[in-house]
Amino acid sequence: MSKVLVLGAGISGHTAALYLKKILGKKHDVIVVSPNSNYQWVPSNIWVGVGLMEPNEVKFKLAPVYKKQGIIYKQALAKSIHPEGGGETDKPFVKISYVEEAKQGEEEVVEFDYLVNGTGPALNFAGTPGLGPDLFTNSVCTYDHAAHSWKNLEVSLTKMENGEHQTFLIGTGHPMATCQGAAFEYALNIAFEVDKRNLSHLADIIWITNEYELGDFGMGGAYIKRGGYITPTKVFTESVLAEYGIRWIKRAGVQKVEEGKAFYELLDGTYHEQEFDFAMLIPGFTGSKMKAFDKADNDITDKIFVPNGMMRVDADYTPKPYEEWKASDWPEIYQSPEYDFMYASGIAFAPPHTMSKPMKSANGTPITPTPPRTGMPSGVIGKVVAQNISYRIKTGKKDHPHKASMTKQAAACIVSAGYGFTKGQAATMTVSPIVPDWEKYPKYGRDINATVGVIGLAGHWMKLFMHYMFIYKAKAKFGWSIIPE
Amino acid sequence: MANIQERLQNKPYAEYAYATRPSKMTLFWRRCLIKQIYMFFKLNLKIMIMVVKGHS
Ligand SMILES: Cc1cc2nc3c(=O)[nH]c(=O)nc-3n(C[C@H](O)[C@H](O)[C@H](O)COP(=O)(O)OP(=O)(O)OC[C@H]3O[C@@H](n4cnc5c(N)ncnc54)[C@H](O)[C@@H]3O)c2cc1C
Repeated sequence: MSKVLVLGAGISGHTAALYLKKILGKKHDVIVVSPNSNYQWVPSNIWVGVGLMEPNEVKFKLAPVYKKQGIIYKQALAKSIHPEGGGETDKPFVKISYVEEAKQGEEEVVEFDYLVNGTGPALNFAGTPGLGPDLFTNSVCTYDHAAHSWKNLEVSLTKMENGEHQTFLIGTGHPMATCQGAAFEYALNIAFEVDKRNLSHLADIIWITNEYELGDFGMGGAYIKRGGYITPTKVFTESVLAEYGIRWIKRAGVQKVEEGKAFYELLDGTYHEQEFDFAMLIPGFTGSKMKAFDKADNDITDKIFVPNGMMRVDADYTPKPYEEWKASDWPEIYQSPEYDFMYASGIAFAPPHTMSKPMKSANGTPITPTPPRTGMPSGVIGKVVAQNISYRIKTGKKDHPHKASMTKQAAACIVSAGYGFTKGQAATMTVSPIVPDWEKYPKYGRDINATVGVIGLAGHWMKLFMHYMFIYKAKAKFGWSIIPE
Repeated sequence: MANIQERLQNKPYAEYAYATRPSKMTLFWRRCLIKQIYMFFKLNLKIMIMVVKGHS
């Protein structure tokens, strides 16, 4: 019998756990360690952040789903990985610390044969002084952050209803933040809600971003066929913002936030301030701060993780200039190069470099989005890792028949921009592949026929349809595995 | 989005004044139920094929 330990029950880890159990069956143990007792469908947090959904609609309890599937669940935080074992045991293990009330603070050693690290991003609010829901800005990264944002947004909307002008600042809260798509979506939803209440004359909505050009989205931008032209996503994004009455500040690295004021540096080296009444700024992401130790208890964290805490996998981490980046730098199987029984999936794996061209301000501050890993690739990677581990367990072989490089995978991003069966609207964007491959597609970096950028009611229906479909799938209900990631 | 559009259009020479805007026809097609039902199926199918083709 083999033991597969999955750390994190987010989009990636949860997908991996469900597939592992489905393929491996009762003969092998699948154990999930995750601190939050709920699964959350993160993309719908945007609707929680504008009061259109309750947190309960985007989350559900994990324990009953795991019980039904025969997956062992521990509501705990993984603290350290010991791939060579330690003390009395030669078996690899992870030290966990329980967060569930009954066992709070209790530590446990969980042994494993295979490990999937799906711990996602840690939201590094501390990386920007003054940032975060405990200080001066809002966040929509989790359902409770989003619910808190809605409370504050309601205050602004009430003030506007009483004739007060409000400035909304939405975007990236760190010079190297990613997840522009989510912030962009939130900005559009705020504009929609403001306009719905006929208050737009009292609102100044500002999009602040670390992108070199709008529409970069941390993936170096894209080209789309539109209106008889091949247009860059810059044109598409500027058009959407202008349509929604949102002005923008680009090439901006937010350095610090005080009450009602954000301080930022531009790529040209100049420093500026922007006042606001309501701000939602995405923090920088780091890995989940786990440590790693060898058999003799020496700290090997640097071997397993890159400095920001994301896990090293089968990528080429050799530093090289932008002009020399290749598709083959990106990982295919997400396996640790040090310990071949450990894998990282979703945001937890360390990318070899950014996708956007690295930029530094005149003062030497890097102002570049880090690479996004959206829900779709996170789910696909979770599945592929599960399939490969199951294959290894069942056959005893060491090869990996399943691959999911981000230079081959496509991604779809549906940016909702209004809610309602006939009034809703969303921008649907697809890119293939996610990471531009200038060798294979010398003209546009990607397959121009697969790349889409359209706006309309259909996008809204799709976003809503996906909300219900992916929650159904995550609950492992009848036929879940035939629903694609 | 009529109110908002007007608000920004009134500021010539601002960066956003150079952005393309949807015409009335474009806005109509975005809400036209027949076209949008067709787009719903077309886009879903396209995305599904992309997901399946993107990994082995
Ligand atoms: C507001 C918002 C909107 C978005 N919209 C979209 C969208 O429309 N489309 C799209 O494709 N993507 C979207 N994304 C991105 C998408 O949500 C992420 O790509 C996805 O959640 C990443 O999955 P993951 O499993 O890697 O990480 P997560 O979903 O963050 O899961 C990580 C899990 O690990 C757990 N964990 C953390 N530390 C530990 C530890 N030490 N031990 C054990 N467990 C731990 C966490 O509690 C969590 O359960 C959006 C993101 C945000 C924030």
